[in-house]
Amino acid sequence: MAVRKTKHEMPEQLPKERIKNFNEVPYGYDEKTAIDEAKRCLQCKNRPCVKGCPVEIDIPDFIKQVALGDFDKAVEILKTKTSLPAVCGRVCPYENQCEGECTLLKIGEPVAIGRLERFLADYERKKGVKTPKIKTSTGKKVSVIGAGPAGLTCAGDLAKMGHNVTVFEALHAPGGVLMYGIPEFRLPKEIVNAEVDYIKKLGVKINYDIVVGKTITVDDILKDYDAVFIGTGAGLPRWLKVPGENLDGVYSANEFLTRVNMMKAYRFPEYDTPVKIGDVVATFGAGNVAMDCARTALRLGAKKSYIIYRRSDKEMPARNEEIHHAKEEGVIFKLLTNPVKFIGDDTGLLKEVEVLKMELGEPDDSGRRRPIPIKGSNYKIRINTALVAIGQSPNPLIPTTVKGLKIGKWGNIETDEEGRTNIPNIFAGGDIATGAATVILAMGAGKRAARSIDTYLKKI
Amino acid sequence: MYEIVEKKVLSDNVKLMKIKAPLVAKKALAGQFIILRIDDNGERIPLTIADYDRKEGTVTVIFMEVGKTTTQLGTLKTGDFLLNFAGPLGLPSEIEKFGTVVCIGGGVGIAPLYPIVRELKKADNYVISILGARNKDLLMLEKEIKDYSDELHICTDDGSKGIKGFVSNVLKDIVDKGVDIKVVWAIGPVIMMKVVADLTKKYNIKTFVSLNPIMVDGTGMCGGCRVSIGGETKFACVDGPEFDGHLVDFDNLMLRNRRFVKEEKHACKMAGVEL
Repeated sequence: MAVRKTKHEMPEQLPKERIKNFNEVPYGYDEKTAIDEAKRCLQCKNRPCVKGCPVEIDIPDFIKQVALGDFDKAVEILKTKTSLPAVCGRVCPYENQCEGECTLLKIGEPVAIGRLERFLADYERKKGVKTPKIKTSTGKKVSVIGAGPAGLTCAGDLAKMGHNVTVFEALHAPGGVLMYGIPEFRLPKEIVNAEVDYIKKLGVKINYDIVVGKTITVDDILKDYDAVFIGTGAGLPRWLKVPGENLDGVYSANEFLTRVNMMKAYRFPEYDTPVKIGDVVATFGAGNVAMDCARTALRLGAKKSYIIYRRSDKEMPARNEEIHHAKEEGVIFKLLTNPVKFIGDDTGLLKEVEVLKMELGEPDDSGRRRPIPIKGSNYKIRINTALVAIGQSPNPLIPTTVKGLKIGKWGNIETDEEGRTNIPNIFAGGDIATGAATVILAMGAGKRAARSIDTYLKKI
Repeated sequence: MYEIVEKKVLSDNVKLMKIKAPLVAKKALAGQFIILRIDDNGERIPLTIADYDRKEGTVTVIFMEVGKTTTQLGTLKTGDFLLNFAGPLGLPSEIEKFGTVVCIGGGVGIAPLYPIVRELKKADNYVISILGARNKDLLMLEKEIKDYSDELHICTDDGSKGIKGFVSNVLKDIVDKGVDIKVVWAIGPVIMMKVVADLTKKYNIKTFVSLNPIMVDGTGMCGGCRVSIGGETKFACVDGPEFDGHLVDFDNLMLRNRRFVKEEKHACKMAGVEL
């Protein structure tokens, strides 16, 4: 029988409906569809998909079990390498990773590895997550700073190795960007909590309200722990540096999303934290965070939601799936357009943005064609809210408070590929080391650092 | 969970709470702040630290009931718990031996001024304190501040205590007398800090002000607390909360602090809170 060339579709909420709610957009595969999709896998001997996975999941093995209908066995294989499958199965850019290496690409679409991962994680959660077996304690204590994707992965892996792990989290909730950044409709918070519960079942303790660098320092921690992993993530938002950026109505993506996601401003006043957006919202930037902002704005009742981006559609850094969903929902893309200044009314409330049209020139350092302003092409767009989603610089609290720790030129912590810093018992990974990247890359860094920490602990 | 181990009503809508938070107390320094959240549906609000006791493991905050959360906080009693209490956040005051310093507190801004006065005195400065409020009932910590001040001046808008007038008038009198003031600290309503900074700028006296922009996380992540300092964007949560008063764009701060006035009123109405 010839292999089906396309992925099985994953049913989802209709765009018209979903922009009125914060419920998750896709519904996920049912059992039959999952089995049929798994049967597309060729079980290649050279396993190219595994090489594409930052956390090295044994992809063909778990898919084989799905094809056989043994979901429990498949879950077991999946979870030997990842503690956060329901998260990865939703927010991973599979197209650039596992699926980007799939042999089936030669004849059509790859196996829907991401959808199968999600299916298994959801299957297990509905059934009730089994408490995993934990190795006998090594007696070694490790502290993990930051309960985001890098920290949770590192903590989970270290616990599985038998180490005693305590996580220190600055905020009142776990998950980091999974909780404050990624919207409910893309990653329900209930799912994040369930995956965190699993990590706690591995024996990991999480302490909240501990701002390391302030409440306690890394030096304090090292008096009680054998090693520390720093995964404090991206920090302060970057700005466009145009006039009017401090007007009422201009938010960083971080502030806007934190209000809506972590503080649940979309349910204000049931929840105390407010957000206000008005009728017309413009998001600046075209990465995944920008798409999250533009789509969230629609759900909060914006009549128009723009993405304003200085390059063309080819250079947009967001995943195709996110761009596709945003377009389906009616987000208006104004490409090759750059803001020049924000203009307020006499009370200081944002009322419009002046923009300039751009054209593409020669490639720049990033390899992307450089946007060049077209003189005299300025015009104004009436907007009520501006969301600036052009990235963040690493959180400054720890890099500036650990004596002797080697810091890179962006304020990031310098590490090698395995998460080792210049100090033998301090490890780091995720956005604090690399600058803003993806959830899965942070998880991969957490995983490699866990291995380095284990090696280190065996030596001391 | 963080226990409220002591509560005092300082005036109608100003309350003091001593919170059990040993880790925060251990590291707290004058000038820093904390972020608290009352319950699961609560918002995160910053309050400047009014005092700390490392031995007891407590941190004192003093707040005015100005919105839904502070009003709700004011209804809690000794023995009740707060869900979250994180800190100490921000950079501490730059305490050293300057010589003669003037510490100005307006209204509820007197609370965070107190540890600064104390530490400046301990650092062997000649401390002149000026406390101002709308009326005598709104004055606080007079005795505590007096204990660490070489001179104490009181003024009220209505003349019910001390001099009738503003803290800036008192400061001007002192300057005009030819006192060699090295540094001024001014903490209070934004407009008061602006007036003081405008005055000291003329005389070229270094002036610290403590800014209170709206915050969400308070840990250097969201950028909501950004302020314009000498034309540069800074974040009060990690770069502040104290800044050089001569460089602060106070008008922008006032503008940004009005961002959610309508929403706050709505929240109060829904919660049956009367301000």
